[in-house]
Parts: sequence; C-alpha cells; structure tokens
Amino acid sequence: MVSSSTARRAVTHAPWSQVTWRNTVFVASGVPLQLAGWAVVALPWVVWSPSDVMLILLWLALPVVAIAVLASPLASAHRERCWAVLGVDVPPLPRDENASPWDVLRDLRSPELWRLIRYHLVVGPLIALAGLTTVAAWLGGLVLTTVGAYAWALPADSPLSLTGHAIRVGALTACGVVVLFVTPYLAAGVARWDVATVRSLLGPDVTKELRKRVEDLAEKRADVVDAADLERRRIERDLHDGVQQRLVSLAMNLGLARETLRDLPPEALQVIVEAHEESKEILTDLRNFIRGLHPAVLEDRGLDAALSGIAARVPLPVRLEVDVARRASSTVEAVAYFVVSEALTNVVKHAGATSVDVAVLRRGDVLHVTITDDGKGGASFEAGTGLRGLARRVNSVDGTFRITSPEGGPTTITVELPCAL
Amino acid sequence: MRIVIAEDSVLLRAGLIKLLETSGFEVPAAVGEADGLLAAVAEHRPDAAIVDVRMPPGFTDEGVRAALVLRREFPDVSVLLLSQYVEERYAADLLATNTSGVGYLLKDRVADVSGFLDALRRVAAGGTALDPEVVSQLLLRRNTDPLERLTPREREVLSLMAEGRSNGGIAAALVVSESAVAKHINNIFAKLDLPHAEGDHRRVLAVLRFLDGDST
Repeated sequence: MVSSSTARRAVTHAPWSQVTWRNTVFVASGVPLQLAGWAVVALPWVVWSPSDVMLILLWLALPVVAIAVLASPLASAHRERCWAVLGVDVPPLPRDENASPWDVLRDLRSPELWRLIRYHLVVGPLIALAGLTTVAAWLGGLVLTTVGAYAWALPADSPLSLTGHAIRVGALTACGVVVLFVTPYLAAGVARWDVATVRSLLGPDVTKELRKRVEDLAEKRADVVDAADLERRRIERDLHDGVQQRLVSLAMNLGLARETLRDLPPEALQVIVEAHEESKEILTDLRNFIRGLHPAVLEDRGLDAALSGIAARVPLPVRLEVDVARRASSTVEAVAYFVVSEALTNVVKHAGATSVDVAVLRRGDVLHVTITDDGKGGASFEAGTGLRGLARRVNSVDGTFRITSPEGGPTTITVELPCAL
Repeated sequence: MRIVIAEDSVLLRAGLIKLLETSGFEVPAAVGEADGLLAAVAEHRPDAAIVDVRMPPGFTDEGVRAALVLRREFPDVSVLLLSQYVEERYAADLLATNTSGVGYLLKDRVADVSGFLDALRRVAAGGTALDPEVVSQLLLRRNTDPLERLTPREREVLSLMAEGRSNGGIAAALVVSESAVAKHINNIFAKLDLPHAEGDHRRVLAVLRFLDGDST
C-alpha cells in the first residue's frame, strides 16, 4: 500500500505542479549568476592571452578585484532570487555601513572572503552544472515524449521512422515520460542544494552569529545578576538606615523607661520589660537577616573579613579557612558569601551537626567553596531546604554546585565559581 | 564626663543625647559625619567620643577610620565605636596599637541602658569594652597559636577580659567565685608566657596576645 505522504509527494512533484515549475525556474535563474565568477576570471584570457609577466600578473589580479567588487551585488541577486521565486528569506551579511567593497580584500584570512570565493568559483559553478542538467533533462524528456509527433516526417530509412520502427519509437516515448516524471525530483534536489549553499556561504556565518549571541546573552545575564546584587545592597542600606535605627531608638527608650520608671505598678513595669526584651530580640533577628544580604564589610575588606561575622554567629564550633590572595569580582564574592551564609543556616537548622568546616580557596581563576558538617546527612533538593536557591544563585554566575549527603552524614557542599564574570 | 557623639541617624543621635544627659553626662557636640567629629573633638577635648561606624559619604567604615585618626591625634580621648554589625577586622584595626580607652559595641547594646553606660564609663576611664559578638569572631579566627593551649573555661575568661570586665564582672558572668576567676587568669598568664608585671598591665598584654593571634 502506498502511504499518504508518498502519494502527496508524488502529487507535489508531478511534472505539471506549481512547485516543480517554481523549482525549475529557480534553478535555471541561478545558472548565469553562478557562472559569473568564472566568466569574470576567464574573460581577459579569452579576449587576449598575454605573454609579458607584468600583464599576466595584472590578468590574474583583475578578476580577483572584480570578484571582490561583484561579490556583494551577486550575493544580493542570489538572495532576491531565493525570495522572489521560492519565498525563502536569506538574511544578509552583517555589513558595516562605512565599509567599501575593497574592505573584503583587506584581510585575506577573513572567513567571509573565502566563503564568497568558495561560492563563486567552486560550489556555484557545480550548482550551475546541476541546473543545466535539469534544464537539459526537461528538454530531453520533452523531445523523447513527443517523438511520435514528428517521427512521421523523418525519412523512411531513419532509425526512428514510424513506419519501420514503431516499437523503438514507443520505447523512446516511454523513456521520455519517465524522464519527465523524474526531473521534478532532480529540480527539487538542486533547488534545495542551491538554497542551502546560498544560506551557508552567502548568508551570515552561523557559528559567528551564535558566538556573538552567546556573548550578548552572557553580557545581559551579567547585567541582570549585577542588578539583583545592587538591589540586595539597596535593601540592606534601606533597612540599615531606616527600620534598624528606629528599632534601636525604640529599644533604647524602652530600656530607659525600664530603668527610670521604678515606681510603676508591677504589672505596668512587666509590660515594659516584655516590650523591651521583645524589641531586642527583633533587633537580633533583623541584624541576622540583614547581615545575610550583603554586608558593607564584604565590599570594603573582602570575603575573609566578611565571613568571620556569619561564622561566629553559628552556635557550633566552626573551622574557617580562607585563602583568597586576589579578590574575585564583587558579584562572585557576594555569591560565595551567600553560599556560606545559607549553608551554615542549613547546618544549624537541619543537620544536627557538632562541628562545621568552611573553606574558601582561590586556585587560579576559580574560587572553591567547601562546607562540610558532621551532621546526620540526607540533605536533598526535595527536602525544602534552601539548597535549590543556593544552586540557582551559583548557576547565575556559571558556577558549579555539588552536594553529597548520604543518610547518616557527613554532608559536603562543594561550589566552584569563576572569579571574573 | 564630657562625650562627643558622631552618628548620622538624627533619631538615634537625639536618643543618645537624651540618654546621656539624663544619666549625668555632658554632650558638648553631636555631629553627623566623620570630618565634623574631628573638628568637634579638637574643639571640645571630651573624655570620650561615641562614633557610628557607617557614616556619610561612603557609608562603609568612615567611623573606624575617623576613630583611628582620633586615637593617633588625640590619644587622651577614648573612643567607643557603635555599629549595627561588628566586624573583627575593624576591631583588629582599632586595637592594633593599644587596647586602652577603646570600645566597640553593637548598637543594640544601647538598649541595655545601665550596661551601656557602664561600658561607656569604663572606656572613658581608659578601659576596654568589646562586644561579645566581636570577641566570638576574634576567637573563631585564631585556632593556631598559644591560645590553643587554653581550656574552654580559660578561653571564656579571656574573652570576658577582652570585653573589658573586671574580675568581679567575670565572676558574676560565669557564676563562679572571684578567687576561681583569679586562678583562671593566672593560668592564662602562664600559658601565654606573659612577663611578670603589675596586674592591669598583664591583663592588657593578655588581651593583646589574644587579638594579635590574627596577624600571625
């Protein structure tokens, strides 16, 4: 049984279908353009072959210059052809507005120049050959198919005369029909080859475009990460200048009330005492929260100095080893700081550990951050701990995040961060 | 006692002035930034200056730097630094030359009015007052030196000494007798190889040794 897609292909590639004729027109229209390169190179030699060395050199140089000048209009013509006949849009080469056609020649190693030369002198002519074959196939098929129509006019002793060789004429007609039905596939194939070549050799260099895109994206991401970092600093500053100062002031006033209003009824004094204690607890909570955001000392003195503050807050023995001879970028420092801060918070909350080791070491251009605790292990991304957020923050600066935490411990978090973004 | 205040938060500056004045201190000047502090100290020659760490224009460690200038140019003026967070690096800078007449406390401590005023008086009189948070940070950063030889209890006593407490204060904090504290302190002196000298000076040396561990 013939599948429906094969049937559809047969209909699309019928000799009378629109697609077929479009492909044929496309392939045929390419031939003069594809041969233009060799025509330019060969022209001087056809007209006159010089014997003088200087003239030979001139005859060699002229076509190169001509191709360089013609390359751009030829490429545009190919693009127009793709668009007008097939409706295929080939993006133009990114072009410097001020560049002259001569600029292509300036750098002989430029991949652009060699792609152009490959098209105009090597691949283009081959496609032209295929295009000519297609045209010839159409003509040949037509001549063979219609052989019956003019065979009567041939003399009786000709090998194709109808009177003597009806079977031969019939066979040739059949061959012609086969050729006519095969040629659409040839036309389609050549058209596809043509378009693909125009795209790859005359369009923008895909590798280069991708590289540029990757650079753009990396730059944009760095901007986003920096903006987030800046925002964290702004929040820290706002809280420090606003809420924190007012809370200190409130706690101080309550403390003053507690110490001076001795002759209040005990109930009233109790209320003041409770309010005072509460305000101090809030202050501690707020300080711990803000300290985790982005401490000023990190900016000012670097990771080593900043980590003392969070390590000392942990109610467990912490061994802290920091060896960062040259400082990393401030964004990377902020991420490393955040990693240690969050990891220590996790250890205190979930691990049930008796001690923690923190190591922050710079080796070459990589910052290695390792946090090991001797707790009960079993930490996972699913457990709802801050691990996912940690990994995300590390990824945002192209770092790697690993955690090993077998049931029963120990848990080790290993983070590697590139020092410069 | 005469105290000059440098604090950029208007609210807190007013609060401190009120607190000090109701407690019998005199506040001849209160300023909002570091340069003003140096001028005010030069003009009024107070017993002590209370200095906020984060002040304009940079809002990082202006207060610490101003305090270092004060200690160099006006050695007889004690300095009590106040900050929302304490950092051992700033403490180390501050205590690098000598440990007398200097304090470094969390702003939160202001809420415990009498404790804060005690610390201020101690500093103004030439003593020290380090926040327990600074002390625990400092302890964390030194684990490879003679201090290793100290028992946990002796480390506790030493950190209370670093906070600037007297034997009586240490005894009260640890809920032990004063003679037990004295014994611990003698052990500390011995283990840190401190030369014999009059009591207070040895205390300062012990604290210095404790702080110097950082630079080795």
